[in-house]
Amino acid sequence: MRILIGRKTLKRTVSPQETALILARAQFAFTVSFHFIFPAFSIGLASYLAVLEGLWLWTKRRRFLDLYNYWLKIFAVAFAMGVVSGIVMSYQFGTNWSVFSDKAGPIVGPLMAYEVLTAFFLEAGFLGVMLFGRDKVGDKLHFGATAMVAAGTFMSAFWILSVNSWMQTPQGWAVAANGQFVVKGGWLPVIFNPSFPFRLMHTVTAAYLTTALAVGGVGAWHLLKGHKTEAAKTSFSMAMWMAALVAPVQIFLGDMHGLNTLEHQPVKVLAMEGHFENSPNGAPLALFGWPNQDTQHLDYAVTLPKLSSLILKHDLNAPLPGLRSFPRENQPPVAIVFWSFRIMVGLGFAMFGLGLWSLWARWRGKLYDWPWLHRAGVAMGPAGFVAVIAGWVTTETGRQPWVITGLLRTADARSPIAAPAVAGSLAAFATVYFVVFGFGVLYLLRLMSNPPHEGEPEHPREPTRAAGITPAPAQS
Amino acid sequence: MDLTILWAFIIAFAVAMYVVMDGFDLGIGILFPFFRVGSERDAAMNAVAPVWDGNETWLVLGGGGLMAAFPLAYAIVLPALYAPLIAMLLGLVFRGVAFEFRWRDKNHRRWWDAGFCLGSVVATLMQGITLGALLQGIDVTGRAYSGGWWDWLSPFSLLCGASLLVAYALLGASWLVWRTEGPLHADGRKFVKLLTPATLAAIGLVSAATPFLEGKYYQRWFAWPGLLVTIPMPILFGVSALMLWRTAQKGRDSAPFVWTLAIFALTMTGLGISIWPDVVPGRVSIWQAAAPETSQLFMLAGTLVLVPAILGYTFWAYWVFRGKVGDSGYHAHDH
Repeated sequence: MRILIGRKTLKRTVSPQETALILARAQFAFTVSFHFIFPAFSIGLASYLAVLEGLWLWTKRRRFLDLYNYWLKIFAVAFAMGVVSGIVMSYQFGTNWSVFSDKAGPIVGPLMAYEVLTAFFLEAGFLGVMLFGRDKVGDKLHFGATAMVAAGTFMSAFWILSVNSWMQTPQGWAVAANGQFVVKGGWLPVIFNPSFPFRLMHTVTAAYLTTALAVGGVGAWHLLKGHKTEAAKTSFSMAMWMAALVAPVQIFLGDMHGLNTLEHQPVKVLAMEGHFENSPNGAPLALFGWPNQDTQHLDYAVTLPKLSSLILKHDLNAPLPGLRSFPRENQPPVAIVFWSFRIMVGLGFAMFGLGLWSLWARWRGKLYDWPWLHRAGVAMGPAGFVAVIAGWVTTETGRQPWVITGLLRTADARSPIAAPAVAGSLAAFATVYFVVFGFGVLYLLRLMSNPPHEGEPEHPREPTRAAGITPAPAQS
Repeated sequence: MDLTILWAFIIAFAVAMYVVMDGFDLGIGILFPFFRVGSERDAAMNAVAPVWDGNETWLVLGGGGLMAAFPLAYAIVLPALYAPLIAMLLGLVFRGVAFEFRWRDKNHRRWWDAGFCLGSVVATLMQGITLGALLQGIDVTGRAYSGGWWDWLSPFSLLCGASLLVAYALLGASWLVWRTEGPLHADGRKFVKLLTPATLAAIGLVSAATPFLEGKYYQRWFAWPGLLVTIPMPILFGVSALMLWRTAQKGRDSAPFVWTLAIFALTMTGLGISIWPDVVPGRVSIWQAAAPETSQLFMLAGTLVLVPAILGYTFWAYWVFRGKVGDSGYHAHDH
């Protein structure tokens, strides 16, 4: 078997262009996956911080301020990593995908410029006040700054997901004489392209759930360790409410997103489902299996009859075409899409299960007492991050071989950069990211391993004026 | 009004904002090894900690705005400057995380301080090399870069890189003069005195070399509208240089920074005269690279509202943290 595969790769010569393409795609996948972890966390965390500070201002209960100060330190580290890995993304469109930038620039460029203008500046401008400014601006303005940062994270999601959705389901475009895609018929159809509302809701909800599970995992850890402080209990309780109430909403949103994808990108859904054969009288749901793209068959399939048609068409006997009806060169890599989709869905249901379990514990008055529930909470702490990346892999890989569905192939979108240069930069990114973000994640875990204290100190390095000097304009 | 010209000015404004705002952050990073470990380094870091992120955002606007307003230029320039730009981004990664990481890990603080400095040096050097490589001209065929992978490396681009190191260090030193006190303030003054002649010499060298790269750069100074700048330039530059030198010795703490800004503004105006109206100098004009009018108009509507708002709250954020930064400001609550 191994020899056979070896021979096969040997026989098929890979051109330098193909190598460069694979490397450029690997680089994008690597840098965007690393990057996406941090905004997925900070979108949810910024809103959580705004809620905590609002609750503190409203109720004046100390534990909310303690929790705020506790999570702010974690937010600061995660946000810094999000910023630096995000700047890399804004330049990568040009370094590795210059043909895409030239052709799609007139449409995606302005949307990303709006992201910078409405989101990045807002976040960055108010972050300093949020981290260091409570003494200087007072509690109410400080809450305003937190709310601005939270609003900024949402705006950022709005614009970048609009860009991504346009690449998935382009609308409102024409081709100019110079080969560029340009807007035709106004910007609203471009921004609110068919998949955008679904992708926005599904992704932002995913970010909230991801943060909730991380917060819940930390709370559960400290409950297990015997730190049954008010702050730890509040963390865990709020997070479990999110899991119980938002996870089912997320499953529903995911279903709607899937139906929308079936309408606009049917090949992607067929790959997610592993449907190679045409099913004229209702398609079976494949729970597991091994997609074999060479034979166009789902090997070792475990299926439930007709269920796929029920889910996708809400009709047991609805016909569904198979991937075989689409030429091989227009199919995505099925195995990746098939499996990453299953990881995401499985984790989604596990989150819902955790939420239900917590409801049962809450009803019995044992929310802070059942160690197995807390162990499950710890185990599910990172689940949101895994699900978010798996979902992202599903939708991005499912769009292949297109970078803009139906309009521009990924293979035609890359920069005229030779393979060694792309390999060199990929190696540099990989090395730096593993070192820098490895330490970053270590610091995050270290912060989280300390329980939230009563009288939790503020972000520990606020620059202040020299002691004893009252505020006055700087003079010599 | 030609929208393309307006967009050229908006992008130039974003780049100029980036250069002066992140310039002083990076300058502090470049000078970092010269500050004493402990309170001096902490105070130097705290002098920019609340604002660095906003400063760096202008770089994203410069890059993102270029893609939006002049997509062809973005598509040509970024592959041409592949290696230096990626090195710059990686430098900015180390620089950016150091602001948080150094407080989180006492045992490795020296490492993150080294990363802060090296990251700042690499990012600055690469920005200068980028400028030099653009000025010396890049090969373009059709709608793409067609040169080699080491074209950016030349004595001239290295000169530009070294010059920018000196110039950012001057900005950083004059910021410290303004915003710190005690030994760090005194160090700042010393550095301004050292770096002022060095910066002026660097500007002189780059300016003297530029006409040999491309005749047009030189001619533009003696043609309309370049003449408008050419005539007062020597006087304005001379006055600014003199005032910088004098205020470095004594005077208001904010003065050296203000006069350094004046030098930067004049230098960037001069650069603008040399390359106008090209977006890829000597190769592609702003009109050849411009996005269609639908894109320009859509962005303009937002820009006219949002950029003044951004300037407003950025000013507020600076105002909140006005005054001298003390070294006693951080409480060692690292667990």
